[in-house]
Amino acid sequence: MTDILTVAEHRRGELRDVSFELLTAGRELADSTGGDLHVAVIGGDVDAFADDLNREGVDRVLTVGEGEEFNHDVYTQAIAALYDEVAPQVLLLPNTVNGLDYAPALAERLGLPYVPDAVELDLDGDELVATREMYGSKVATTNAVDAGDGVAVTVRDAEWPVTEGAGEAAIESADVDIDESAVRSTVKGFEEVGAGDVDITEADLLVSIGRGIEEEENLELIEDLADTLGATMSASRPIIDNGWLPKGRQVGQSGKVVTPDIYLAIGISGAVQHVAGMKGAETIIAVNTDPNAPIFDLADYGIIGDLFEVVPELIEEFEE
Amino acid sequence: MKVLVTVKEVVTVGDEFEISGTEIAEQYREYDLNEWDDYAVEEAVQISESEDDVEVVTATIGPERSDETIRMALAKGADRALRIWDDDLEATETLDVGAKAEILGAVVEAEDPDLVLTGVQAEDDAFGGTGVALAERVGYEWAAVVNDLDLDADNGVASVRRELEGGVEELTDVELPAVLTIQTGINEPRYASLRGIRQAQAKDLDVKTLSDLDVDSSAADSALDVTEMYVPETESDVELIEGGASETAGRLAEVLREKGVAE
Repeated sequence: MTDILTVAEHRRGELRDVSFELLTAGRELADSTGGDLHVAVIGGDVDAFADDLNREGVDRVLTVGEGEEFNHDVYTQAIAALYDEVAPQVLLLPNTVNGLDYAPALAERLGLPYVPDAVELDLDGDELVATREMYGSKVATTNAVDAGDGVAVTVRDAEWPVTEGAGEAAIESADVDIDESAVRSTVKGFEEVGAGDVDITEADLLVSIGRGIEEEENLELIEDLADTLGATMSASRPIIDNGWLPKGRQVGQSGKVVTPDIYLAIGISGAVQHVAGMKGAETIIAVNTDPNAPIFDLADYGIIGDLFEVVPELIEEFEE
Repeated sequence: MKVLVTVKEVVTVGDEFEISGTEIAEQYREYDLNEWDDYAVEEAVQISESEDDVEVVTATIGPERSDETIRMALAKGADRALRIWDDDLEATETLDVGAKAEILGAVVEAEDPDLVLTGVQAEDDAFGGTGVALAERVGYEWAAVVNDLDLDADNGVASVRRELEGGVEELTDVELPAVLTIQTGINEPRYASLRGIRQAQAKDLDVKTLSDLDVDSSAADSALDVTEMYVPETESDVELIEGGASETAGRLAEVLREKGVAE
């Protein structure tokens, strides 16, 4: 039991970046165990996916040609079968929305300890130490688990670099029987949210608002600022959850990924899910009352202050 | 029809806090109903309001202190509540996903609900796995990260939307019985009314031990041990603009003009 088994993620015909991040994390673990790195890909154009997954450090690519898109009932059955065949020490999965939909079930089915959302991993013999964040990234923790009889770990996306170089892996089609009677969920389709609204990914200047705005009626202040600056308004999750702005305005992991010239974050603390959607902005400016807000770790310019005092002054500056 | 909502009282932390050992120091802790679970409770109560003969039961693993949080869920419209606690759980620092799934699995077996709702994750430990592990344990179907639910109880199907990354939603049909993990924003959680709070005092809140549920005390032993907690060090090269509001706004306007805004 020294091998590592990881599972690629794809959606609507494309492998997602996290697949290649898993190869990097998986190779690191395989280096510490001295075992092989196996990557499984299930559903879709598995042969094309396998060629793309054959990258540096991968020893074996296993394909399961079952279905087009992700289905958790198929994934749990297929991976459980591959787990028995490979007998890995670590089952390494993505902590994505789809990962959340099968990894915990798989760990339960296989009787493995479950270590979710790791941002750092260190395997020393039978002991796995995972670094995780808690309390909305305010603290980090180290978590020890006995991996002597195997362990299921999910990794946060964008924490490991992607593996680029070409590999020399063996590509094999795995023979997996799927019990169709145990497939009790059906994916009917996909839908893009926010169609018909302004496309915030096209904006050069985004004025983005978060929980700090407190009340819906206060949004008017930010609208004034956006109008004055000729900016487009976007928001972090709580504003969208409250229904104060349409879904298409959401910046973050489950919203849009934006790369404007300037991102003015007002009353946004900068949770990791939000940062995933805006860290590519050229210049980030943050206004927040909390000096410890994670947004300041990322910002180029920061004002520690009350938005209700700073924003009216800023509007005035541009109205003069 | 019976809907079980598993809820957690979480520790919330403000801007200022200290760490004691592997926990947030007691004096900086506040306790609240987990935000995601609040949406799950609301979804269950809305189902009970739109369909006939729906019973909403909440289940919590937690100490006596969490009764206050459970009463809030009752005040919002849940019919009765279960709280699971005993000395073995009291002695445990971390309850990981496997431990929670085992304990809540016994609750599901005893209650036999048609639908189980819970939050996608807890605000504090952010494991994000209990609902789906629970489904697997009890042989229910499931869906994770649900932001829209259309229940067809007669045909035993839940049509859900799962909120994927990048502004894409997946439309999926799930056979009942099922566990759904609920994403924030699926509804607008109500505030408990004064009348609801009064009524909640009269609703059943049963406390059960692991042995009451026929769960072995070893269920309280987690595979995962939190060995260290610390504030992560960050590298920041932010230029802080300091001073009063007018001063900082003035400097910020300069920065924006330098970058070509409103010119």
